Amino acid sequence: MKPINNKAWLLVLPVVLCVAFSAVIPLMTVVNYSVQDILSPEQKVFVGTEWFKTVLRDPELHGALLRQIIFSATVLAIEIPLGIMLALALPAAGWRSSLALVLLAMPLLIPQNVVGTIWQIYGRTDIGLGGVALHALGTEYNYASNSLHAWLTVVVMDVWHWTPLIALLAFAGLRAIPEAYYQAARIDGASRWAVFRYIQLPKMRGVLLIGLLLRFMDSFMIYTEPFVLTGGGPGNATTFLSQYLTQKAVGQFDLGPAAAFSLVYFLIILLACFVFYTLLQQSQSADQKG
Amino acid sequence: MAKIELVGLGHKYPGNADYSLQPQTMTWQDGGAYALLGPSGCGKTTLLNIISGLLIPSEGQVLFDGCDVTRLPTEQRNIAQVFQFPVIYDTMTVFDNLAFPLRNRKLREPEVKSRVQEIAEILDLTGDLKRRAAGLSAEEKQIISLGRGLVRKDVAAVLFDEPLTVIDPHVKWLLRRQLKRIHQQLKLSLIYVTHDQIEALTFADQVVVMYEGQVVQMGTPQDLFETPAHTFVGHFIGSPGMNLLPCQLEGQSIRLGTQTLPIDSALAGKLASIGQPLTLGIRPEFIQLAEDGPTLDAEVLRLEDLGTVKLLTAQLAGQTIKIKLGEHASVNSDRVRLGFTPARTMFYADGRRVA
Repeated sequence: MKPINNKAWLLVLPVVLCVAFSAVIPLMTVVNYSVQDILSPEQKVFVGTEWFKTVLRDPELHGALLRQIIFSATVLAIEIPLGIMLALALPAAGWRSSLALVLLAMPLLIPQNVVGTIWQIYGRTDIGLGGVALHALGTEYNYASNSLHAWLTVVVMDVWHWTPLIALLAFAGLRAIPEAYYQAARIDGASRWAVFRYIQLPKMRGVLLIGLLLRFMDSFMIYTEPFVLTGGGPGNATTFLSQYLTQKAVGQFDLGPAAAFSLVYFLIILLACFVFYTLLQQSQSADQKG
Repeated sequence: MAKIELVGLGHKYPGNADYSLQPQTMTWQDGGAYALLGPSGCGKTTLLNIISGLLIPSEGQVLFDGCDVTRLPTEQRNIAQVFQFPVIYDTMTVFDNLAFPLRNRKLREPEVKSRVQEIAEILDLTGDLKRRAAGLSAEEKQIISLGRGLVRKDVAAVLFDEPLTVIDPHVKWLLRRQLKRIHQQLKLSLIYVTHDQIEALTFADQVVVMYEGQVVQMGTPQDLFETPAHTFVGHFIGSPGMNLLPCQLEGQSIRLGTQTLPIDSALAGKLASIGQPLTLGIRPEFIQLAEDGPTLDAEVLRLEDLGTVKLLTAQLAGQTIKIKLGEHASVNSDRVRLGFTPARTMFYADGRRVA
């Protein structure tokens, strides 16, 4: 039998402490909050699953969740095809390619709150270039008072901000395809569409799945940009999950329901990631088995 | 199927002063099995890509049955090409992979089906047709690539660009035999690029040897062996290659260092008109240990037993020379007398054969 060396625990201890202080204890605090009604630091009442029931029945939360799902689905449905199209249109090599890549990567380097501010000003109908131009074209565009316009602005902003990520990933995937594939396709008389459908798309699948996962998680957690741009309005037309959570926890200081809600939110994201991960694994093993 | 003619065909890659392919004219007969042999970087693939239309040559013409196709894009030429590394369409089944070139050309589905079945039969793929191509081994993938090259009935030629590089040696041999059988069965024109002389010599009726962007000889394996047209062919084909010895003409004989070898007067006359430094070339197979007749004296360096033959390495006029001897030959002294078979003794000037 192997001798048991308890010194190993000592070596793991720093990591355990770090993780405990940064993740486990805060999470447990949240769990703790979610089952108590906290009237003041001295006065706490255990309420069991009361907050969870309240939160799950909360129509405002349902609204925020629905908006969140629609938002994520919309931006994914636009950003992925658009990103692929951009990658296909990019020059393959030379200084033009480098220049295009740098320009394309620009929005990715801008902090979220700055992106929000840029679009907030851009869309203003008194001084913003975009807002004024839309008005000059005869529309009644106003993201501050019209829900649809607010939605459009938030979606366009997200597409502007994040499509380059998909484009860069897809571009990398495209460059990894050996020249012989294109030559063989020409020999086989394949049309442009067939080349895309049977060579480029399958070869890009891996990076696109990763892009999809990243964009899903990011869009599902979106907070800063709509907060700066519309403040969640008009009404709560662009209030998504994380903003609703912040309102509850910080704005109204409803710690109990906010804690219960963040646990539910956490579980939703965990579930979605698990589904993605499983799909990814399956498609990869299908690749190997054929 | 068609006769392929190259007229004054040459190619320089953009920004390159030298020819990657020297301007040359040649004809590839309909239904022939050709091997394009040469070391890496000699222009084989360039030539192949020009024939298939993946590359437009900087000068000259490509004719298929007398029709100029030089500037015609690949998809409009009736040509099939198989590449060094297997190219398969991952998401398709084996059947769909084989059907792809036919469906792209709008063949009717029953026709596609019968054609694919036929090729699958020949390549022994019938059982795999419903499988997804992504999960196959490298060999199987390359066989499918071969199949896609062979599946079209109307092709002028099927071009192979070192198709067996990724294949295991023992499977290589089987595949080569299969290719040869397919060639006889389907009567296709095949052009097969390789840098492996065994592959070229066993596969082809006609071997085209390329060297530094130029075709230096086109001939049967026997021609290449017996009468190499260029010192490169002599050296590249055969193992070990041809012995090449610098020499001078002296009246009716050839001087090698301090020794002379008499030659007949017609040959001497021919060589005298060259007026350039000469090289004598003789294959190790055509040198014997001799007692009488015209012989040359050489110093023995070593004798290796290769199983079925013995390989003698000797020094003659300051040059190393290899001689293949019979299994039972023995060399007892450190000097030998060598006889050169006159009919197999070649003379080269500036690399090219002059006599």
